[in-house]
Amino acid sequence: MLSIRNLKAAIEDKEILKGISLEVKPGEVHAIMGPNGSGKSTLAQVLAGHPFYEATEGDIEFQGKDLLDLDPNERAGEGLFLGFQYPVEIPGVSNTYFLRNALNAILEYREEEPMDALTFKKLLKEKMEVVGMKDELLKRPVNTGFSGGEKKRNEIFQLLVLNPKLAILDETDSGLDIDALKVVSDGVNNFRNEENGVVLVTHYQRLLNYIQPDFVHVLMEGKIVRSGGKELALELEERGYDWLREEVN
Amino acid sequence: MSEESTLADLQEYTDTDYKWGFTTDIEQDTVAKGLNEDVIRFISKKKNEPEFLLDFRLEAFRYWQTLEEPEWAKVHYPKIDYQDISYYSEPKKKELKSLDEVDPELLETYNKLGIPLEEQKMLAGVAVDAVFDSVSIKTTFQEQLKDAGVIFCSFSEAAHDHPELIKKYLGKVVPYKDNYFATLNSAVFTDGSFVYIPKGVRCPMELSTYFRINAAGTGQFERTLIVAEDDSYVSYLEGCTAPQRDENQLHAAVVELIAFDRAEIKYSTVQNWYPGDKEGKGGIYNFVTKRGRCDGESSKISWTQVETGSAITWKYPSCILRGDNSVGEFYSVAMTNNFQQADTGTKMVHIGKNTKSTIISKGISAGRSDNSYRGLVRATKGASGARNYSQCDSLLIGDQCGAHTFPYIDVHNTSTSVEHEATTSKISEDQLFYLQQRGIDEEDAISMVVNGFCKEVLNELPMEFAVEARKLLAISLEGSVG
Ligand SMILES: Nc1ncnc2c1ncn2[C@@H]1O[C@H](COP(=O)(O)OP(=O)(O)OP(=O)(O)O)[C@@H](O)[C@H]1O
Ligand SMILES: [Mg+2]
Repeated sequence: MLSIRNLKAAIEDKEILKGISLEVKPGEVHAIMGPNGSGKSTLAQVLAGHPFYEATEGDIEFQGKDLLDLDPNERAGEGLFLGFQYPVEIPGVSNTYFLRNALNAILEYREEEPMDALTFKKLLKEKMEVVGMKDELLKRPVNTGFSGGEKKRNEIFQLLVLNPKLAILDETDSGLDIDALKVVSDGVNNFRNEENGVVLVTHYQRLLNYIQPDFVHVLMEGKIVRSGGKELALELEERGYDWLREEVN
Repeated sequence: MSEESTLADLQEYTDTDYKWGFTTDIEQDTVAKGLNEDVIRFISKKKNEPEFLLDFRLEAFRYWQTLEEPEWAKVHYPKIDYQDISYYSEPKKKELKSLDEVDPELLETYNKLGIPLEEQKMLAGVAVDAVFDSVSIKTTFQEQLKDAGVIFCSFSEAAHDHPELIKKYLGKVVPYKDNYFATLNSAVFTDGSFVYIPKGVRCPMELSTYFRINAAGTGQFERTLIVAEDDSYVSYLEGCTAPQRDENQLHAAVVELIAFDRAEIKYSTVQNWYPGDKEGKGGIYNFVTKRGRCDGESSKISWTQVETGSAITWKYPSCILRGDNSVGEFYSVAMTNNFQQADTGTKMVHIGKNTKSTIISKGISAGRSDNSYRGLVRATKGASGARNYSQCDSLLIGDQCGAHTFPYIDVHNTSTSVEHEATTSKISEDQLFYLQQRGIDEEDAISMVVNGFCKEVLNELPMEFAVEARKLLAISLEGSVG
C-alpha cells in the first residue's frame, strides 16, 4: 500500500533524508528505530505532507497514487494517518466538533455520505472505551491543556475513530506511564487487521513486546542502515547504536 | 410594509416635494442632495414629528456646522462631501431589475448562507415580486410583547405614540454634541428602533429588528433608544449575517441604552455591510456611536458584536457605570480582510462604587487589512473598588495585514484594579497542518482555528445568531489563504 523509493527530503535547504526506500504491505507492522535527530519524524512529516519539508528526490506511492501530488487533507482522505510526536493544541475547538468534521471531510473525499450524529456518537463511545478516554476530554478543546499522556491517548483515539488504511505513529509511546502504554498498545492492536498497515516510530523495545512488528528498520543520519525482524530491536536494546554506526562506516 | 403602502407613500412623498418648493432638478423619485435647515424641516414635517424633535434636530444641525470632520490616525478614506448626500432617501430603494445586475460574489455568499431567493433579492435591493409570508409571524410577536407591556416599535412611531418617553431620554446618553457623526445623526436621523421595558418585566423573547412591524430598510442614519426600567431584562439583536448592499456609502448610527436599578440590557450586533470588492472599491463607511448608561445600582449592560463588514468601521460601544455595583461588558470579534479598515473598541467609565467591567476583544486581520483595538478604562475619584479586566487578542492571517492595540487607562482613585492582557499571534502553520492531516481542507482548517480563537465572544451571542456568525466568519475568510 505504501512504497517509498529513494526518498530525499530537506528542510530549509538542509538535507535530512538521504535516500530512503521502504515497502509496507497490508497487514504489516513496521517499526522504525534510530538515534535522536536521525530523521524519523522528518520521514513521518514528509509522508503526511507538512509544508515545511520539501521532498527533493525519489517518489512515494500510496494506494496506487503519487502521494507527493496530494495535499495533506487529500492524503488523509486516501487513508493516511499520522500520530504526532507533539500533538498540537487548538484552543476553542472542541474535540468532538473537530473529530466529526474530520471524519465527514474524509467521507466526503471518498464520495460517501456524512455520518449522522447518532451513529457518530455511538462510534465515539465505543472507541472511548477501548482507549479509556474520559468523557470530559472529549468536550475540551483539542489537546488544550492535556497532559503529555492524555495527548498521546487522544491520538490513538482519533486513529480508532478515523480508521485509516495506514497509521504512522511517531513515538506515541513516549511519555506514557506503564498502564497508559498498555492501553495505547491495545488501541493499536484493536486497529490492526489484514487490510491496514502500521508504521511505528519508537525508541523502546518495550512497546514492541505489546505490538509485535513484522519488520524493524534502523534509521541513521537520514538512511535506513539496517532492516530485520523483531529480534533486531532486542539486539539494539542490548547493544545500543554504536556498533551499527561502526559497521556502517 | 406592503408593496401598496410603499407605493402610496412614494406618491405622497413626491407630491410633497413640490409642495415644499423643491426645484426642478429633482427627479421624480429622489430628493435634492445637500443639507440645510430646509431639508431638516422637511424630514421632520414628513415624519409629522412633535415640535421638540424638530428643535433637537435644528440645534444639532447648527452645532454641526461649527464642527470640523475629525481625522484619525489609523483610518484612511477620501473626504466625504456632505452636500452630495441625499438625507431623506425615497422610501423605496433604488431597485435593480433582476439578480443578474448584482455582484456575483455577493450572490455566491447568499447561496452559501442558504438565504432563500426572494430574500436575496430584498437584501441586494432587487424588486421583489412575491410578498413575504412573514407578516403573520410579526403580528403574533407584537401581541406577545403587548401582553408583557413591552414597547417595541420604530423610532418614528414612538415619536407619535410615546413622545414623553422620547423627550425624556433622547440624547441623554449620547448628547448631540458628542462627536461629529453623532451630531450629524441627531440632525438628520431618519428612523430606527425604540424599546421600553417597564419595571420588573423580563422581555419574553429576544427582540430583533426583523420582527419590528413596518421595519423600513436599515437607514443611513439610524437612531436606536432602549430604556430598561428597574428589575427588567431585555436582549436585543441588531443586524443580519447576510451582507447588505446599500446605495449610501456613509452610515452614522446612534444607539443609546439606559438601565435602571438591577435592570439588564444585552445588545448583540452582527454587522456585515458590504465591504467593497477585492480591490477595496465601494463598500460602506460605518461610523457608529453606541453608548449605554448603567444608571441604576446593580444594573448591567452587555455589548456583544461580530463585525465583519464595511470598508471602514469606526465604533466604540461604551458603558457609563454610574450606579453602584453596576456591570459593563464588551465582547467583540472584529474581522478584516482585503482592504478593510476597522478601528473599534470600547470605553468603560467607572463612576459608581464597586462597579465592574469586562472587555474581551478578538481582532482577526487577513489580506491587506488593518485592524485596531482602542479601549479606554476610566475610574473617577468616587469609583472606589472598581474593577476592570481587559483581554485583547489579535490573530494575523498572512503577513500583509496589521493589528494594533491601544489601551488607555485613566484611574483617579487608589482602590481600583485594572488588569490588561494582550496577545498577538499568527495563525500557526502547525495548527493548520494538524487539522489538515485529519482530512480537513485548508480553508475549513483556518475557519476552525479562527472560530476557536473567537469562542469566548461567540458564546455570548444568542444561540441562533452564534451559528450564523460562525458561518459568516468562515465565508469572510475565504480567499485569505495562499
Ligand atoms: N524546522 C527545522 N529546522 C532545521 N532543522 C530541523 C528542523 N526540523 C528538524 N530539523 C533537523 O532535522 C534532523 C532530523 O530531525 P527529526 O525530528 O526527524 O529527528 P528524529 O529522528 O525524529 O529525532 P527524535 O528521536 O529526537 O524524535 C535533526 O537534526 C533536526 O534538528
Ligand atoms: Mg522525532
